[in-house]
Amino acid sequence: MSYIHSIGEYFLMIKGVFGRMTKRSVLKELIFKEINELIIGSLGIVAFISFFIGGVVAIQTALNLNNPLIPKTLIAFAARQSIILEFAPTFISIIMAGKVGSFITSSIGSMRVTEQIDALEVMGINSLNYLIFPKIIAMLTYPFVIAISMFLGILGAYAAAVFGGFVGSDLFLEGLQDGFEGFHLVYAFIKTFIFAWILATIPAYHGYYMKGGALEVGHASTTSFVWTSVVLIITNYVVTQLLLS
Amino acid sequence: MIEIKNIHKGFDGEEILKGIDFVFETGVTNLIIGQSGSGKSVLLKTMLGLFKPEEGSIEYDGKAYSSFTDEEQRELRTEVGMLFQGGALFDSMTVEENVMFPLRMFTNQRKREMKSRVAEVLKRVNLEGSENKYPSEISGGMQKRVAIARAIVNKPKYLFCDEPNSGLDPTTATVIDKLIQELTVENNITTVVITHDMNSVLEIGENIAFLKDGLLAWKGDKSQIFQTDDETVTDFVYSSNLFKKVRDAQLKGH
Repeated sequence: MSYIHSIGEYFLMIKGVFGRMTKRSVLKELIFKEINELIIGSLGIVAFISFFIGGVVAIQTALNLNNPLIPKTLIAFAARQSIILEFAPTFISIIMAGKVGSFITSSIGSMRVTEQIDALEVMGINSLNYLIFPKIIAMLTYPFVIAISMFLGILGAYAAAVFGGFVGSDLFLEGLQDGFEGFHLVYAFIKTFIFAWILATIPAYHGYYMKGGALEVGHASTTSFVWTSVVLIITNYVVTQLLLS
Repeated sequence: MIEIKNIHKGFDGEEILKGIDFVFETGVTNLIIGQSGSGKSVLLKTMLGLFKPEEGSIEYDGKAYSSFTDEEQRELRTEVGMLFQGGALFDSMTVEENVMFPLRMFTNQRKREMKSRVAEVLKRVNLEGSENKYPSEISGGMQKRVAIARAIVNKPKYLFCDEPNSGLDPTTATVIDKLIQELTVENNITTVVITHDMNSVLEIGENIAFLKDGLLAWKGDKSQIFQTDDETVTDFVYSSNLFKKVRDAQLKGH
């Protein structure tokens, strides 16, 4: 019963977010601030993880190519496919659920605990719009992060495969272009937009409707991470089934 | 002036406010006092429109809040200043940005004009020089003064204060009380203060509503509260050891 209540509350929250808008000049400033905090602030960790995971994917593939009939170009092909289709959009999103999602929940939750949200409401400000709308708009630039992740993941794979002596540069580049389908990128970026929505709204819901004190803010952040990850994984399955099957 | 008539409000089947009538006058500090759980905060939030009463009406200068259109309600909110118990300052903003916030949201003033008004208000609450500090960098008393500055910067007609002295030492608490009273008179505001601090009652209690178990148990002013024989009031007033000792001394003729 409580799940149904939460789902209903979530959709009412979304309705409220698109209700009475905050003054445009203030909103513009808030959006830039959120882009800086949520997107630019995440680039470092995304770049670091993508580069090294890309490298590991290449090494693992190379080490498992025992059959001489399988061409070495498969190393680049496998790295490209796994990074573009799953690693960059899905696994980076789960990492972002931990980083960005927890930040959103705890920042909104702290505002709830310290009556800052009540202060906004008393002033006649639509707190849902003021707090959550800029985050949703900022997350529209999330595909930019995923594009960087894809690029660095493949770069990491190249570095590990070529400089690790598993395959020559020419063969790697040939494998990278082998059987490339543009639709795979379209699929990845459709997923990314949906994930961006999930990453902005589910943690915001957990922060906005939390009750209690500082301890509950921590609890809400954990719950938010779990639920954001669950929804991401299920959505990933559904979108993949719909677009690639 | 704010007049509340027969206000009823409950949660989960439990009635918290059981029919309260009171008139909060303009230009004086109106106090709502009572023990924890007596319904003070619920009454305040109901008056602010954060809770909808199940019965009764709230009239702002003779006009019932329930008859306001959405636009009128929003307009009323811009005429309300609120001082929260913990200050409720925005952590991510400096003192100046916090105080400027209502001006940015509800006026079309230029930045220079806003800065000048903020400087004027900060000077009034004795906080010049703190413009660029964050709430975490200033003391509790200073945070309360910043919150007062934010509440009055847009020249409100109504000022609500939820336990403005909580967590403050007696000296700072007196400063805050006096500041609230002075601002009320200077700007002819209808001020409503929730407190259970008897020092505040002595300092600024010009029109007092005493709540007990969701009912208006007594009303009067600071001089009358120490003369009443009403047991519910005396139990509350003399629950403080200090006041009890003062009364005992008075009775002994010291």
